[in-house]
Amino acid sequence: MRHLMKNKVHLFRMAGLFVVGFLVFAGARAVFVPEGFGVYGHYRAGALEDNRAFPLVHAGRAACAGCHGDEPEALKASRHAKVGCEACHGALAVHADDPAKLTPKKPDAKTLCLVCHMANVAKPSGFKQISPEDHPEGVCTECHDPHSPADAPKPAPAPVQKEAAK
Amino acid sequence: MQDSLLSAVEGFMYPNEIELQWSILIVLYPYITGLVAGAFILASLERVFKVEAVKPTYRLALLTALAFLLVAPLPLQMHLGHPERSLQMYLTPHTSSAMAMFGFVYLWYLLAVLVLEIWLDYRKEIVLMARQASGWKKLLYQTMSLGVDDISEESLAIDQKVGQFLTVIGIPSAFLLHGYVGFIFGSIKANPWWSTPMMPIVFLFSAIVSGIALVLLVYMVFSYINGTRIDMVCVDTIARYLMYAFIIDFTLEGIDLLHRMYEADESFKSLDFMVHTKLFVSQILLQIIFGGLLPIGLLALPQLVAVTERARRGLYLLATSLTLIGILAMRWNVVIGGQLFSKSFLGYTTYKVDFATREGLLPAILLLILPFLILIGLLKLLPPWESTANVHEGEEPRAV
Repeated sequence: MRHLMKNKVHLFRMAGLFVVGFLVFAGARAVFVPEGFGVYGHYRAGALEDNRAFPLVHAGRAACAGCHGDEPEALKASRHAKVGCEACHGALAVHADDPAKLTPKKPDAKTLCLVCHMANVAKPSGFKQISPEDHPEGVCTECHDPHSPADAPKPAPAPVQKEAAK
Repeated sequence: MQDSLLSAVEGFMYPNEIELQWSILIVLYPYITGLVAGAFILASLERVFKVEAVKPTYRLALLTALAFLLVAPLPLQMHLGHPERSLQMYLTPHTSSAMAMFGFVYLWYLLAVLVLEIWLDYRKEIVLMARQASGWKKLLYQTMSLGVDDISEESLAIDQKVGQFLTVIGIPSAFLLHGYVGFIFGSIKANPWWSTPMMPIVFLFSAIVSGIALVLLVYMVFSYINGTRIDMVCVDTIARYLMYAFIIDFTLEGIDLLHRMYEADESFKSLDFMVHTKLFVSQILLQIIFGGLLPIGLLALPQLVAVTERARRGLYLLATSLTLIGILAMRWNVVIGGQLFSKSFLGYTTYKVDFATREGLLPAILLLILPFLILIGLLKLLPPWESTANVHEGEEPRAV
């Protein structure tokens, strides 16, 4: 052994340092890599359970239809058929469980509608779009029924100027 | 906000193309890693290919490579934020991501190649300085020598062999380090400015050019500051190698350009327009004319006509400085240029560099100064000039 190490002690010590480095790395992995990492993919398997444990905040369209039959029915046949009730009205699982506990606020149509319908050249041309500067009068829902949007708006109360959405 | 963004746009841009995601810091990253790889290749010329004339720059090249390698990940850290998360790259390696594997390429090159090679090459001086120094310096050098005092001829001969082996491994490692950076860009198939298999090769050769130019410049400047004589045989040889490497690099880039022009795919008009407008200064003027043709011409001059020693030094200073600017411009044109045009090929955006922000010009300048400060520290710690070893060599060995 002594013969093997003759004139090479420094190299063995350096190799020892590398071994220590590997051990520290292995130790750090044992401490820091969370349990279950890599079981299903490049993430912590327990994250799925954590997500599942979050309380549900959305009730779903079926729950809404249970009490509010008309609007969900109208919605089904309209251009907004694929827009969920809670996409506009907010997460309402608490209301669905006990209507007395939470009374939903009516959404601010002027802000909400523009989330999707603000004019933007990057949107498909067939998608209804509007620039609020070109059409500043009134509130959207005065002429457009969000539960059954039509190509032509419903007659507006005077004196609101009518202008079809682009 | 929207108005100010749109004022930067000409023609049609998709919304996610308006703002550049990769800033000036990402320009620095391939630039700095390229300098590392190039400096190492120059060092290997002496060690592996036995080009004795470049020996005076061997250690300087290694230390320069180390100083720049230490800074290389900082632009990425500053760009991404949350530096503590970078450890995840090591703890949970993602083998299918080239970017995620960079950590291992970096660590391998830093520890298994560069630090080890420098340590072996300097071990004799480290031991001698540990014997001579006192106080904290003694402790530092003793730690660096790993407490081993043996600098017998046999042990140094073993160091020489191991060092030789490391350099041989180091060359493909240096190629890997920088070829990898080109690979990252070259494999982005959605971007026609980047997506070419030529990219790793072009990056590699430009890295060699910039690294050699840097070491030559640093050698001349530090020799001037130190008051030591510039070894003209050495600088002439390096300048010649720089010229050869530059000609190959320039030709490769020319072939890439020619191929793009001849192929003229659907992106060509858009890219051609960009080169003539937004990238005109950085591509045509800085990269091709002042950072390419001119330094090649300056380096070729002493090969063609008799030039005095003093004039040659001036020529090399100018040529290496221009080369470094030219290669920086090349990185800029690749990284920034690749984000200025729309995938629709119908529009262009603008990159406005901030100043004193996390990804602004100021941190970029500081990140370019930092390796030189580290290099000054390294030169003080491990002087590459031969004299240090010779002065103390005669002293009797003492226990460390």
